[in-house]
Amino acid sequence: MFDINPGLMVWTIVTFILLAFVLGKYAWKPLLKSLHDREDAIRDALDQSEKARAEAAELLRQNEKNMARADEEYQKALREGKALAEKLKEEIVTKARQQAQQELQHAKEEIQRDIEAAKQQLRNEVADLAIKAAEKILDENLDPAKQKKLVDSVLNQLPKN
Amino acid sequence: MRIDNPSAADSLQFGHAATDTTQAAVASGHGEKFDFGHLLDHMKNSMDLEFPGGHLELPHIAPVTLGGVTFDFSISKHVFFLLFSALLLLAMAGYAARKNRQHRVPRGVGNLFEIFIVFLRDEVALPNMGPGGIKYLPYLLTTFFFILIMNLVGLVPFGATATSNVSVTAGLAIIAFCMIQISAIHAQGFKHYLAHLTGGVHPVLWPIMVPIEILGLFTKPFALCIRLFANMTGGHIVILSLIGLIFIFRSPYIAPVPVIFALGISMLELFVAFLQAYVFTMLTSLFMGLGMQVEHQEDHGDHAEHAH
Repeated sequence: MFDINPGLMVWTIVTFILLAFVLGKYAWKPLLKSLHDREDAIRDALDQSEKARAEAAELLRQNEKNMARADEEYQKALREGKALAEKLKEEIVTKARQQAQQELQHAKEEIQRDIEAAKQQLRNEVADLAIKAAEKILDENLDPAKQKKLVDSVLNQLPKN
Repeated sequence: MRIDNPSAADSLQFGHAATDTTQAAVASGHGEKFDFGHLLDHMKNSMDLEFPGGHLELPHIAPVTLGGVTFDFSISKHVFFLLFSALLLLAMAGYAARKNRQHRVPRGVGNLFEIFIVFLRDEVALPNMGPGGIKYLPYLLTTFFFILIMNLVGLVPFGATATSNVSVTAGLAIIAFCMIQISAIHAQGFKHYLAHLTGGVHPVLWPIMVPIEILGLFTKPFALCIRLFANMTGGHIVILSLIGLIFIFRSPYIAPVPVIFALGISMLELFVAFLQAYVFTMLTSLFMGLGMQVEHQEDHGDHAEHAH
């Protein structure tokens, strides 16, 4: 059991060396290569997913910022719109009120003028009527004597110059 | 359990040697004293290849004498299982490599191989040798798987453990020795390698130091050789001893005890098959790593001019 057999030793060495070369070329190299490739692929995939996650987080952050800004702008626009509308309303109401006032004034003046005119006309007409009535009365009541007397009285009333 | 049933002995993977002994013991009418040596013949190298239903005489090749050493290149049982293990490993590893190329995610045999490869790379080669040792990884992988397959083949019924032959483990240790020296010379340069053999002491002490250092180079692989051989032999001897108890007691009633114990030892041997392949590989890479790194760590006074 303990005797050394040089032939068997040579067999072992030769077999081992051949095995090492053949396995090295046809087994270990492809196995280690596929292992290495896979490790690289996994590392890359992990790195990429990490990067993608960071990018997504960045995008989300930006989105939120944009949303906040948009919201702010919307609120501002709403506020401004409201203010503008308020101002316009104020202006329109003021203008309308002024116009109404003006028109009222006009109307009043018109009415005043009409009243004046009517008064004038009435006066004229009354005067005419009075004159006509007077003429009629005079036509009926005045005889030449009376006419003479009246003319005299009028003539007397006239200034003496 | 019947002791005189040959198939019972066969099923416990003892092959014909054990069976023959059983029959011999039975045939001799319980009168003859049991010879444990016959049982151990089963473990010795022979020119007989046993298989279910018979045995085959392996071819003899005339011994060649070279420089006073006689080389017997006959295809003995252990040579046969050595080659068988090599071919089996070749087929399995080739299959695994092909499968792993096809699938993005390894499965089955490819996955199995990859588990060991990743372990040997990350837990054995890298910690012991550093990133510079990765180029020796194919050697370590071959060592590990070759020893593992040889150990496991020995546990299969009718199989023989080539690694329980000291010549085989010596062959493996010689290769380990060469690899340790090559890696050391490659990493340090031949000059530093020789300088290291002086142990860094004063030249007066060199006559003492150099032989000790050279002896140190040989003790490491020698320990590898003996460790593997003894471990693989030991388990078999324990199992055979347990089975031998049946014949010593000459009673079928005692049989269940050794059989159960032998079953336990078989399981232990299964573990030892993996463990010893790992230990051999791990120690080889450790010794290689020591040779590769020692110059970077130590600062020997007598070759300070070679400072890095």
